[in-house]
Amino acid sequence: MRKLLKYLTHYKLQTVAAPLFKLLEACFELFVPIVVAAIIDNGIKGGKGVEYIICACLILVALGVVGLIAAVAAQYFAARAAVGFSKELRHDLFKKLQSLSFSQIDNLGTARMVTRMTSDVNQLQSGVNLVLRLFMRSPFIVLGAMIMSFVLSPLAGGVVAASIAVLCAVIFTIMLVSIPLYKKAQGKLDGVTSATRETLTGARVLRAFCKEREETESFNARNTALKKSQLFVGGVSALMNPLTYAVVNATIIILLYVGAIQVRDGLLTQGAVIALYNYMSQILVELIKLANLIITITKSFACAGRISEILEMQPSLSSGKPSEEHEGAYIQFKNVCVNYNGGAVNALDNVSFTAEKGQTIGIIGGTGAGKTTLVNTIPHFYDVSAGEILIDGVNVNAIGDEKLRAECGIVPQNAVLFEGTLRDNIKWGKKDATDDEIAEALKAAQAEDVVASKSGGLDERVEQGGKNFSGGQRQRLTIARALVRKPEILILDDSASALDYATDANLRQSIKALPYKPTVFIVSQRTSSIRHADKIIVLDDGKTVGVGKHEELLKSCPLYREIHHSQYPEEVV
Amino acid sequence: MAKSPFGKEMKKGVLKRVLRQLKGYMPWVVATMLLAIVTVAGNLAVPVFFGQIIDLIIDGKPFNPQIFGLFTVIGAVIAVTCLAQWLMSAINNRITYNVVKDMRQEAFARLQILPLKFIDGRPYGDVVSRIIGDVEQFADGLLMGFTQLFTGVLTIIGTLVIMLLINWIIALVVFVVTPLSLFVAKFIASRTYSMFKKASEARGEQTAFIDEMIGNLKVVQAFSREDENLDKFDEINERLTKVSLKSIFFSSLVNPSTRFINSVVYAMVALAGALTLVLEMQAPMLVPSVVFSAGLLTTLLSYANQYTKPFNEISGVVTELQNAVACAGRIYEIIDEPCEVPDSPSAETLEMAEGDVELKGVYFSYSADKKLIEDLNVRARPGQRIAIVGPTGCGKTTLINLLMRFYDPDGGTISVDGKNISGLTRHSLRSNYGMVLQDTWLKCGTVRENICMGKPDASESEVVEAAKAAHAHNFIMQLPQGYDTVIGEDGGSLSQGQKQLLCITRIMLSIPPILILDEATSHIDVRTEKRIQDAFAKLMAGRTSFIVAHRLSTIREADLILVMKDGKIVEQGTHKELLALGGFYNKLYNSQFAG
Repeated sequence: MRKLLKYLTHYKLQTVAAPLFKLLEACFELFVPIVVAAIIDNGIKGGKGVEYIICACLILVALGVVGLIAAVAAQYFAARAAVGFSKELRHDLFKKLQSLSFSQIDNLGTARMVTRMTSDVNQLQSGVNLVLRLFMRSPFIVLGAMIMSFVLSPLAGGVVAASIAVLCAVIFTIMLVSIPLYKKAQGKLDGVTSATRETLTGARVLRAFCKEREETESFNARNTALKKSQLFVGGVSALMNPLTYAVVNATIIILLYVGAIQVRDGLLTQGAVIALYNYMSQILVELIKLANLIITITKSFACAGRISEILEMQPSLSSGKPSEEHEGAYIQFKNVCVNYNGGAVNALDNVSFTAEKGQTIGIIGGTGAGKTTLVNTIPHFYDVSAGEILIDGVNVNAIGDEKLRAECGIVPQNAVLFEGTLRDNIKWGKKDATDDEIAEALKAAQAEDVVASKSGGLDERVEQGGKNFSGGQRQRLTIARALVRKPEILILDDSASALDYATDANLRQSIKALPYKPTVFIVSQRTSSIRHADKIIVLDDGKTVGVGKHEELLKSCPLYREIHHSQYPEEVV
Repeated sequence: MAKSPFGKEMKKGVLKRVLRQLKGYMPWVVATMLLAIVTVAGNLAVPVFFGQIIDLIIDGKPFNPQIFGLFTVIGAVIAVTCLAQWLMSAINNRITYNVVKDMRQEAFARLQILPLKFIDGRPYGDVVSRIIGDVEQFADGLLMGFTQLFTGVLTIIGTLVIMLLINWIIALVVFVVTPLSLFVAKFIASRTYSMFKKASEARGEQTAFIDEMIGNLKVVQAFSREDENLDKFDEINERLTKVSLKSIFFSSLVNPSTRFINSVVYAMVALAGALTLVLEMQAPMLVPSVVFSAGLLTTLLSYANQYTKPFNEISGVVTELQNAVACAGRIYEIIDEPCEVPDSPSAETLEMAEGDVELKGVYFSYSADKKLIEDLNVRARPGQRIAIVGPTGCGKTTLINLLMRFYDPDGGTISVDGKNISGLTRHSLRSNYGMVLQDTWLKCGTVRENICMGKPDASESEVVEAAKAAHAHNFIMQLPQGYDTVIGEDGGSLSQGQKQLLCITRIMLSIPPILILDEATSHIDVRTEKRIQDAFAKLMAGRTSFIVAHRLSTIREADLILVMKDGKIVEQGTHKELLALGGFYNKLYNSQFAG
């Protein structure tokens, strides 16, 4: 939390001004009972007359006006500081998230990152706002009322102090008991949420197995359990108001009794008794506010902790010295190992191969063989844990990530488009791409007909995630997006899986015919997609079990042969 | 606030339904109202007694037995009030949480019978946020409304009545200032409403942007779009900051403003009270019937304090209730969504089907402006293996939706064993199909629960046998608790391939008479796939099966291959026939071997 305070530095003035104005307002409020006491003691009993009373009442109104001005100023400064705080925090957080490495992204997960950015920051914002407004005010009024009571009568002050102690005990006990109960109820709510999500995501399967009734029953059971725990915690926290009410009124009884004796003995004026009574009412109101405030603060602290965790993450990608140059092929993998999160098994294990400029490299293997990991190390998305990868003789961690990635055209497995026009999407690959360049890329990616089929052409809107395009259309568009920058290195990570064979074949041919001759990496499960590659790397559990051309591998690599023949049994030699 | 009359009408309708929802809890509602009356009466009585005590003190009679009598009475009143207050909250909780439970249950039950079109047609997050978030907000609003609106109004009325009884002049003063307080609260609330709306729109925009960019962070980094995104983000952030500053500031004005009016009222009561007292002393005949005292003045002052508090609360409650009504509206939208045409009472139950499936002149499209399936005719005889091939988007998956009756055709008939499926119960129809989809879905639960979905009473050996047939047994045994391993939401840590194996096991266990395999092995590595194919071949023997696949090699042995294009069947026949035809299938097939 303390580290997040720096986001208030631009709003120092507001941060200090808000509580100050609140204090001012509180001061004026504390004067009110004194003025009322004066009206009774001097105006009525003392016989100072009508003018005195009118004067005193005008003072009351004036106190109200000054209090209002102070309060409005305080609210404004508090809002300014809180909103500014969250603005800068969100900016930094977004920037931080964008700078995370792939392994950090994998570890965090999207849902968590989005929650941090949205609900956690919002919660924190209202926390800051509330703290600035109330954290000084409520204790000040409680303390002030107590001190005023002491001034009026030390004995009465003692009674007030004791009752504040009791009130605090009541409030904190109830909070201590109910906060964990709330958490438990929250956990049950999560259960209800996931049941709801499940019935939506699994609608087809659940209906196919006629599970509607069971689903409803299990949902109802969870729902009832949630209700029960909510009722219980609700019952506990409902004690708060009646109990504080009882304590405050009991205190008033004692105060009046003590006051009565002191009035008789001439130690206290009648007006002072009334003032004491009024102070007690003020304390009641403020303590209830304080209790609510503490709940908000606890929540905000939890959010702050979660946010700090992310802000404190260190960039995990290494960077080497650019000076070391090596001889050899355009791209060289030298004994590369990749290990995720210190796992027992390497995702890539001792992989070595070379690729010349303009060559096509096919990568094949079963699920989890390490194909995606391999291509993701080329643009330095992951660090290697051993060995090195050289492009043009320079280690990939020394090229500079932005420069390196600008040379790569990457088509990820998950074909995702972004909200905007089709043109915007293609321009991700090249910011200043002309329509001609875009058309060229679309043609090479076999995506011309996708654009032609849309009435808006390149200006057609793409919905979030590209929902208004089919899987195959999205894949071709993501390929065009990578091609438009005329990359030196083109990486196709199983990017033709949703294409039918004819389109897939056309795509491979047009990539081969690209005039700028990129070095192409094709990841695939089908041998047909890579059989014409200059070099095929066969992976199995992160290890290379074969490197070579299609015909060679058919002879020398049993796994390759098995993969191929499972797809083309007729060709068995 | 500019609101269309239509919006108001709708709001009224929603309010009526909320009240109807409460019907079952009427005794509780009555109880909470009675308790509210007790609470308010107690709250209002206490200052009266305190006033009397103060008068006794001022008169210098501290040990008058009357004081002790009053103390006892106050103690009793406080005790009763506390108890009533607590009971009231407890009952209110009971009502609200039960209503919430009812609404969630109703909405969830509705989800089970809504057409898949509804579920496919909107983001899951939207529906979830209605059933969870909106219901929750609705509950909060309802709870606040219950506890605060009713007691608030009662307190205001009660205070006015008692003030009138004590001193009608002062009561009149307070009464005159009342509208001012209401007016200010309303003025601010209406201003903030539109600002809140703008703020929540900006927040929604920002969330959508975050969702999109953070959700696809890897792509963003691959294209080095971080700076552009940050710029766009800052632009939205700046706008959000401006509108939320306004909405936060203005909404936070309600409190100081009403507090100010409160202090004006307070000053006026003090003035009027004090003047009355002075007049009383100087010229008693001018204030004839009224007996006024310092004690009564304190009572009045404490009322003046209490009296504006409910106004504060009510103004908060109004926005809260408005919000609650809006939330309720969103929930009712789901509950009111037209459900699937229910099975007719005369619907037949389909026992173990022979597997004679026929589609006659079937027309179907997801949206009226985009035709998809037109005049489709297919006949699958018992035990036949039907393969469906064709380019992406040609309607293969749609065909499955129709067969399983996830969607109803717009025209034509589909029959199983000569019976029109619209005359069969959905459950009996679907029980006859075994389905493995490309989209592998598993429920949150143990591996065993997932496998046994189609046959809940399966024995251990049956389960293991099925898993072995699907080549899933080995990896299941490697899981920490084997068959009892709990897998998280949507398969949790399992790989796509492993999930698919479990989906296949599910079918291997129940073995219904008709099979649908939609890219059933797309995520499985080729070696395992080959072995599963053998198992499938055994499974399919004697059963009508529909197979969708990209890999033509997997469908060569089909009895009938349907080649689909743009929602129509362009060619059909066996592999050899189709190759010999030299048409679309021939082209598709050969492209597999083209460079």
